[in-house]
Amino acid sequence: MGERAIAAEARDLVKDFDGKRAVDGVSLTVPYGSITGILGPNGAGKTTCLRMMLGIIDPTSGSRTLLGRERPLEAAREVGYLPEERGLYPAMPCAEAIAFMGALRGLPIAEGRRRAIELLRDRGHEDWAKRPIRTLSKGMAQTVQLLGTIIHRPKLIVLDEPFSGLDALNQEKLEQLIRDQAAAGVTVIFSTHVIAHAERLCERVAIIAEGKAAFEGAVDEARSKLRPIVHLRTRAEDGPWRAALPESAKKLGGEWRFELPASGPEPLLKALIDGNAGIETLSIERPGLHDAFIAIAGEAAARAMGHATAGQEAA
Amino acid sequence: MKLPETIRAAFVIARRDFTATVLSKTFLFFLLGPLFPIALGFIFGGIGAQVERNAAPATVAVVSSRADFDLLNAARNRLSPLGTDRPLVALHRVDPEPDPAAQRQRLLTSADEPVLGVLEGSLFAPHFTGAVTADGRTVQQMKLFVEEARRHQLMPLTPGLPVEVTLTRTSSGSVAFARNLTARAGQTILFVLTILLAGMLLSQLIEEKSNKVIEVLAAAVPVDAIFLGKLFAMLAMSLVGITVWTSAGAAAIAIWSQGGLGSLPPPAVGWPAFLFFILLYFSMSYLLIGATFLGIGAQASTVREVQTLSMPVTMSQVVLFGLASLGVGRPNSAEAIGAAIFPLSSPFAMVARAAEQAALWPHLLALIWQVLWVALILRLASAIFRRSVLKSGPAWRWPWQRRKRSA
Repeated sequence: MGERAIAAEARDLVKDFDGKRAVDGVSLTVPYGSITGILGPNGAGKTTCLRMMLGIIDPTSGSRTLLGRERPLEAAREVGYLPEERGLYPAMPCAEAIAFMGALRGLPIAEGRRRAIELLRDRGHEDWAKRPIRTLSKGMAQTVQLLGTIIHRPKLIVLDEPFSGLDALNQEKLEQLIRDQAAAGVTVIFSTHVIAHAERLCERVAIIAEGKAAFEGAVDEARSKLRPIVHLRTRAEDGPWRAALPESAKKLGGEWRFELPASGPEPLLKALIDGNAGIETLSIERPGLHDAFIAIAGEAAARAMGHATAGQEAA
Repeated sequence: MKLPETIRAAFVIARRDFTATVLSKTFLFFLLGPLFPIALGFIFGGIGAQVERNAAPATVAVVSSRADFDLLNAARNRLSPLGTDRPLVALHRVDPEPDPAAQRQRLLTSADEPVLGVLEGSLFAPHFTGAVTADGRTVQQMKLFVEEARRHQLMPLTPGLPVEVTLTRTSSGSVAFARNLTARAGQTILFVLTILLAGMLLSQLIEEKSNKVIEVLAAAVPVDAIFLGKLFAMLAMSLVGITVWTSAGAAAIAIWSQGGLGSLPPPAVGWPAFLFFILLYFSMSYLLIGATFLGIGAQASTVREVQTLSMPVTMSQVVLFGLASLGVGRPNSAEAIGAAIFPLSSPFAMVARAAEQAALWPHLLALIWQVLWVALILRLASAIFRRSVLKSGPAWRWPWQRRKRSA
């Protein structure tokens, strides 16, 4: 990754709230033009990390740079941020709210109004332009806030749990928006507690559990931390072939499941055939990000992610 | 972050706040509100004057001869210029009857012509009977009337030249008195306006905190800019209100009181400069007290807390006003200078000084001093806000806590 310039970096960020450590030495490197996911259960410290990196709060110790600035707020004009708890003035008309968010980040208000109408029209929502925020549904308001996040054409977008509260259709639209932005050269950082989103979108992930960064790097790198998983069904219950299976192999519902031994698939296959195991099915699967997450962050963190760890957002 | 960027960001915040306030329907009530008591004042003022006119002066029945009564009444008329606030007791003659005691009793209990008391026994041996205080106004006036009447009975008016009167425009005594009055009026205007308008700043951050907009703002602009923008938006809104109210007030004075403003005592720096100073010092007082309120209110997380805070905060304004009014009339006293130096009371003290002393340089000095303090209070308020509400930076600790931690 040394060949790509760094858009954002955190070094040993520590944050205490009232004597309780919320973030405990998180380091993070985000290259320009990448999509980086910050993955972790609720309360792991994801939002606090993002708020420190954006300069909303100062860390107890540690340092960060944002688009080359030591003080993140100096980069505000080139940054877009969608907070986890969405916030807009309820009485403001949509187009005005979008333009206001741009104006906060240095976009002239007239240009902001023009772009806001354009963005709404592109999405078929031109009728929203004059409607006050309070008349919109939660999902609609979130769309407005997202447009306000990109109105000033930032170089870096930070999205905190952007998928929560969206239906499947809007989640897909948001994924597309993130991909489009990245394709246009924008660096995207988003946090999520849903592994599937990170797996589909991210090039890099940081796994945060209990305030610590358990892993930080490319998604492939996270996966390669685990050996491929072998799923095996045999007709024979027992036999000399069993010696070829590693000790950690587990039998679940008639299926053996174990990590591919370091020696690779060939010696395993040979032992199974020679030992008359009677192979019914055999598959060797590359581990998913979910498995990697469990291996890296531990079972407890995976459980804390709840039903979402199944790899599918149920909501 | 650099100053121009902070000011630009503050302008964006201020524009939003100003339009959100001024373009709301409730702003109309805000503008009309202060006009209600003024209108009521005119109505009740009219009623009061009516009541005053209808009330007949208190009367004393005089049982005497025509000659004695004429002397007494002439004495009363000569003394009446002294009774400026309330007319002197009126006299009403009754012919003596054979039974004085019965007549006295009848007069005192008469419902047709109610009297305060009865004076009998001629000028030689006058006797007053009535339900009044022994040394009260009525008794003293009756004594004076009798003495004056006796003097004239013995010695009629000696002829001679009347007192010649030369009128000067001012005397040092009258100027000091008038300026004192103007100084107090200026302070009172400033106080009433600030107490009416600055309290609103207590709740200025509640909206952003409750609908989470604060996160969007704090991520994009420095907290200093948020505070600065909010403060100036409210100042601008207040000035809009003041413009409307003073226009209405000036129109009312022009309509109802001939020569209106011209009849007020002139301040030392002259009227145009004094009005300019009132506006300027109102702004400064609003910024100083408002910045403090903004900082205090920013710590509150609910409307309930803000409401609880508003009473002590109003009382502290009364204290500031009291502090500043100590020095009125003695612009070079320690009280006056102290009140001018203490930043929160400085605008009040300086507006009084503008009425009393013509020198302009202290105002320049005071304005610089006040601007400095506005900046300082805002910086402090935003630092405390970042620390305690956004939970930014290392936690603040008392010195003894620091020792405990390092131990």
